[in-house]
Amino acid sequence: MTRLERRNLLNGLAFVSPWIVGFLAFTLYPLVASLFYSFCDYDAMSAPVWVGGLNYREMVADRVFWKSLYNTLFYAAFALPLGLVMSLLTAVLLNQSVRGRSVYRAIFFLPSLIPVAASSMLWIWILNGNFGLLNYALRALGVHHPPQWLADPVWTKPSLVLMSLWGIGHAVVIYLASLQDVPRQLYESAELDGAGAWAKLRHVTLPMISPVIYFNLIMGIIGSLQVFSQAFIMLGGGGPQRSALFYAVYLYQNAFEYGQMGYACAMAWLLFALVLFLTWLANRITWRHVYYAGE
Amino acid sequence: MIVRPLQRLLLYALLTLGAAVFLLPLAWMVSTALKPIDQTLSMPPTWIPTRTFAPAADGGGAPVEVRRGETVTAPSLLVEAAGSRRVVPADAVRDGRLVEAPGPDGTPRAVPASVLQAIPATAAAPWALVTDVGGEARGGRAVPAAAVVRRASPRWENFGQSIRKMQCFPRYLANTLLLCLLTVAGTVLSSALAAYGFSRIQWRGRNSLFLLALATMMVPFPVVMVPVYCLFRWLGWIGTFQPLWVGSFCAGAFNVFLLRQFFLTIPRDLSEAARMDGCSEFRIFWQVVLPLSRPALMVVGLFQFMGTWNDFLGPLIYLTKQKDFTLALGLQFFQSQHGGTEWHYLMAASTIIALPIVVLFFFAQRTFIEGISMTGIKA
Repeated sequence: MTRLERRNLLNGLAFVSPWIVGFLAFTLYPLVASLFYSFCDYDAMSAPVWVGGLNYREMVADRVFWKSLYNTLFYAAFALPLGLVMSLLTAVLLNQSVRGRSVYRAIFFLPSLIPVAASSMLWIWILNGNFGLLNYALRALGVHHPPQWLADPVWTKPSLVLMSLWGIGHAVVIYLASLQDVPRQLYESAELDGAGAWAKLRHVTLPMISPVIYFNLIMGIIGSLQVFSQAFIMLGGGGPQRSALFYAVYLYQNAFEYGQMGYACAMAWLLFALVLFLTWLANRITWRHVYYAGE
Repeated sequence: MIVRPLQRLLLYALLTLGAAVFLLPLAWMVSTALKPIDQTLSMPPTWIPTRTFAPAADGGGAPVEVRRGETVTAPSLLVEAAGSRRVVPADAVRDGRLVEAPGPDGTPRAVPASVLQAIPATAAAPWALVTDVGGEARGGRAVPAAAVVRRASPRWENFGQSIRKMQCFPRYLANTLLLCLLTVAGTVLSSALAAYGFSRIQWRGRNSLFLLALATMMVPFPVVMVPVYCLFRWLGWIGTFQPLWVGSFCAGAFNVFLLRQFFLTIPRDLSEAARMDGCSEFRIFWQVVLPLSRPALMVVGLFQFMGTWNDFLGPLIYLTKQKDFTLALGLQFFQSQHGGTEWHYLMAASTIIALPIVVLFFFAQRTFIEGISMTGIKA
């Protein structure tokens, strides 16, 4: 190693040292510790006691655990695709030569900025069965007995899906930016080949922005499996009949309300495995359809 | 794309409809925040908050704000009997006694009553019962219905009242701002340092370490939540602010990635020239690269500010005393105490907490949009 190389190595390590410290203290150590705790009976008060796979066996038998997993997957199964289609559609519409595009974009984006505590309050009020705006609108449209939303176990999850669709503005901005990067010539040559609007969307737009869609999909999977704050604020301990007890909420309850840190860690590791599996699955399904320019 | 006129019309109709649907909840929040409590529960809902005014009780002076009660359409008397005021038919009071409907035993009952006001109302000229808002004269009085006027008038005082109802609002605000300041400073500084090390210096192992940094983005927060909590507990930091800002001085992978992408676009020659002049690596970082990276640093700082302002889970886990709460946690605490009834205060408090972010957005719209677009291009 030359003197220059050694100096560069020391300098490089010095500059990235904040990240190294953070990685060791807030990622690597917690990962190892959490894996260890997941095999322990641990209440955070006394020292952890090794119990082998007991937490994992309990998880299989815990009906509340399965319920929370089901609720979370149900939420993700609707919020993700609906959000994807809606945000993509909005972005495609905005990408036409629209006058006042930045005003529309600002309007669609604004709701995604509202702090989750405030937007949760707002949606509790909008979803109020008797005096809420949503049921007023539904009654005005001729629905005689609109649902009681947050008070009805059937409708709690759709309520939160609906609320999540209000926050798609972030994705709209990302898609719009990537749509504007699609070279114009591609559309022009497609038109010369006689492609209509649909064909251009299908064969030019979607392939060109597929990496961004893929990225949003992965981030969406990771995010929606961890949905916590709005569910916790709006439905407390899980809502009627635990119909909105999400995975992260149940995990939080185990860790900080029931003092079952070991069980919570076991749940967390299963979540990690699930995230990795779904990401792998998304990879398998989409790798053929994701187009990377320059490769 | 060239679109035909009919399609253009459809396009604008769809976009405008969508925009209206997205704005409606926010309009509803602000409208509710400006209403008196009885108007929050009116069906169909009113969008414009109103106040009702009637001539003052002493006859002179400006109209005073009142709450409107029942409408009287026949000659009646306003009486006070058994401690309450009510309107009775004009012939129901004789010799200072109010004759009431027969009791359970069938005998007519009469209670002492004093006549406060004769109401010369008819079906053509109805009178209305009103109660002064905020006046000392409790109970109602009657005025000609035509003299009662309703005017659009927002209740700005709801904001002040909801702030007082939240008890520790100034503390919440100070705590939130302090945490925002610390985390923004920590994040910008540490991420810039790490990003510099990952992009502007060549050293062995750099790229594999950077891949490792990217991989950490896949780790869901709940996986590290418990051990990190135990770590802070071991340090005796539960119930203090440290757990909420110390971590921000340890460069998060996402921000490092964002800044690294930006640093890579700065020409190498600039650093080389400075190195020739004998500049230390830190001086190149501080005096050459950082000043050129202001837009990217703004994006990282802005997002961190929003993240801290909006954060709910962190304060929920680590803060234990009400006076230490942040605005987000304070709002949820307020709702758990007053929720379900005082919608106008709840919406006023929510508006107060959302407003700074909205204002920030209008002032820094370009930074927001560019920053988010940057995060998207990364894929």
